[in-house]
Amino acid sequence: MDTNIYEHIPKEKFAFKQLDANIHDQKLETKSRGYFADAMVRFKKNKSSVVAAWIILFLILFAIVSPLISVNPVRHMDSTYTQHPPFIRAIADKNLGIFDGATKHESQSEKQVAIWRAIGEETGLQPVLRIVDTTVQKEKYRGQWRDVVYHKIENNKYYERGVVYRVVSYDEYQRIQDFQNETGVQVIYPYVEPKDIMGIKDNPNIWYQVQDNKGTPLQDEDGNYIYLPAYSTDSSIEGPVPYNSIRIEGDPGNYIYSAAKSGAVHIRICYYNYYHYVNGHEPTYIFGTNSLGQCLFTGIGVGARFSLIFAVIVSAINLTIGAIYGAIQGYYGGLIDLILDRIAEVLGGVPFVVVTTLFQLHLAQKVGVLPSFLFAFVLTGWLGMAALTRKQFYRFKSLEFVLAARTLGASDWRLMFKHIFPNALGTIVTSCALVIPGVISSEVSLTYLGIINLQELFGTSIGTLASQGQTAMTAAPHAMLFPSIFISLLLISFNLFGNGLRDAFNPSTRGVED
Amino acid sequence: MLKYILQRVVLMLLTLFIIIGICFVLIRLLPPAQLDPTDIHKDVVEARREAMGYNKPIMVQFGIFLKDIFTKWDWGMSDKLYVGRDVFELFSSKMPATVIVNLYSIILSIPIGILLGIWAALKKNSWIDHTISTLTMLIISVPSFVYAFLIQYIFSYKLGWFPFVMDQGTDYFTWSMFKSMLPAIMSLSFGVIAGFTRTTRAELTEVLTSDFMLLARTKGLTRAQATVRHALKNCMVVILPSIFGQFIGIMSGSLIIEKIFSIPGVGQLYIKSINAPDYPLFIMNTAFYTAIGLAAGIVVDISYGFIDPRIRMGSKK
Repeated sequence: MDTNIYEHIPKEKFAFKQLDANIHDQKLETKSRGYFADAMVRFKKNKSSVVAAWIILFLILFAIVSPLISVNPVRHMDSTYTQHPPFIRAIADKNLGIFDGATKHESQSEKQVAIWRAIGEETGLQPVLRIVDTTVQKEKYRGQWRDVVYHKIENNKYYERGVVYRVVSYDEYQRIQDFQNETGVQVIYPYVEPKDIMGIKDNPNIWYQVQDNKGTPLQDEDGNYIYLPAYSTDSSIEGPVPYNSIRIEGDPGNYIYSAAKSGAVHIRICYYNYYHYVNGHEPTYIFGTNSLGQCLFTGIGVGARFSLIFAVIVSAINLTIGAIYGAIQGYYGGLIDLILDRIAEVLGGVPFVVVTTLFQLHLAQKVGVLPSFLFAFVLTGWLGMAALTRKQFYRFKSLEFVLAARTLGASDWRLMFKHIFPNALGTIVTSCALVIPGVISSEVSLTYLGIINLQELFGTSIGTLASQGQTAMTAAPHAMLFPSIFISLLLISFNLFGNGLRDAFNPSTRGVED
Repeated sequence: MLKYILQRVVLMLLTLFIIIGICFVLIRLLPPAQLDPTDIHKDVVEARREAMGYNKPIMVQFGIFLKDIFTKWDWGMSDKLYVGRDVFELFSSKMPATVIVNLYSIILSIPIGILLGIWAALKKNSWIDHTISTLTMLIISVPSFVYAFLIQYIFSYKLGWFPFVMDQGTDYFTWSMFKSMLPAIMSLSFGVIAGFTRTTRAELTEVLTSDFMLLARTKGLTRAQATVRHALKNCMVVILPSIFGQFIGIMSGSLIIEKIFSIPGVGQLYIKSINAPDYPLFIMNTAFYTAIGLAAGIVVDISYGFIDPRIRMGSKK
């Protein structure tokens, strides 16, 4: 039989394998990794989450830095430069087509373009950036067909305002002159009398001799528009304060710069330079301005600061309350669980908008808008966390290690938070990561709807900016676009980051749910 | 089963009662909305307030409020926004717009969502799956006003296909009305599509890897047969209840979308009643929203029991 070869083996065929060796466990060659280190390794493998983490970091930095570096404080609102596109002088001068405050004008006639160009001729700030498109249309004019040329042009909206009329006091007039002497920036332009420009009274941008009362400049023999100054030299109408400041190019020295107007002077000022005089810097709006004339770059930063800080505070409070509540529910069970569950159910049944509104109506006057907003988030926000913790406690509380600890005399509190809670921590941490974007999202929605108004407190918030942008969407799409991009990017990255974190901390659910 | 349903419904009514009670008390504790002394309706409103017991103790007021509801179905009278009009009648007149827009939206989006989810699950880990999952993830994260803005800007402004806001009037079934509702319907649909895609994909990928699918293939079913007969059926256990939930939810509408597209629906009425402030309207709205939320929850829970015989409702664990 074959099997017999394994029987009756002679003794000398055996040798001792480890007679002198110490038998013990081999020390692990590899470095041991803790729970969190392991999670980090898994997290880093998830490329999209790592990218999301960097984006979040960038957005947080943006929120911190942008109000600091911006020249426009959030409460600064310019009533003229509203809904203006992004503009930075240094970049606009390079003519790259970006940050040049460009706004489109459809079907502008030759005459109209000549009037636009006149602004640039006078102030040196040429509003006409480029002619995008030119169309020729046949039109009937006094019974005859003729070709009419229409241009689609892009104007710099900041320069387009050109010169405006202002009535200023004598002191103010003197101060502007001082500013001119100091910086060499021409704010005040010579006065033009309506009688010299065919009685045009309502357009301060007409400074040249005109051929009709619509402001069309004169033409030379070839039909080109020419700009001949129509500045007033009549010193009898000049205001009582003398003009002792820089004069414009081509001024023979007798142009007058102001007109007397009952205790004040009527002057023509270049708004762009006047802005420089009032604010101490030229207009610089990286993201443009909204319908209130607020700087969006600063506004988004301020709003984002609030959103982020608020979300972190709310999440921290909710997680703490939820964990304690859920722990008590899960640990004691029975009647306590039933009662606490009813309370949670009642709270969970109230729509969130109702909670916020009621808190606003009742508490806003007593404790302020912000604390009452916070309370509203806290009142129902912890329910999810509590349910989660409760489930985990039910799972762990009947296990042997809890019984062992109890036998050793551990108190309820110790059992809950020293023995059971750390075991449940993994699941809890993983769901936390998605709480923050949830809070940000609700906060933005509520400020968007105008149920909460944080404008008085912080100047603005992302939701407020978005809803202001929405109303002026066609005139200034950028006012809606930038807040939208910011909030979308923030929420997408937070969700991606949260998903990555959840997968990393919870290998068993990997790939099951996305 | 019947006992369980009854139990749930009674509990829900109790919860609803408590919530309405709390809201009522909180609202009545506030000073009533100031009336314009020159308003011709002033006397009527004051008389009506007197009848509703504004000068009596709060609990008596609550009693009168409940009595009016149970005996006459009288929810009070709007005293600021639409002075003198019955709140319930006002509310029901706003309901059709909301229901129609939301109904169109879910009829459009649920099939698309489920199909996309199935597609993604069947092609798991291919580029199709990655694209669908990424898009789903993006749409779920982005707040609804952002894509409402994009839709309005691109389709209504740049392309000029649709009007900016919904047409006024009540003839909801004309073509021009439908066209004016489309931007709102699209904005509402994005979120629903994404939600259903995500749920379907998650469920189906799990079901597809289970043992009974292997058995189905082993006994000779083709992949399509096995998927339709076994996998989809199992995955519907989760999807159908959420469809029911959606159908109940159509009545509540979306505050943001209704504001942007000026849909004359309950959501907008609600925002207005908050800003006015018109308290009787607010209480009615609150009661309604709460009831809808609770009812949707119950329907979802109970439908699990009907759809999947393995789940025994109300049984002791």
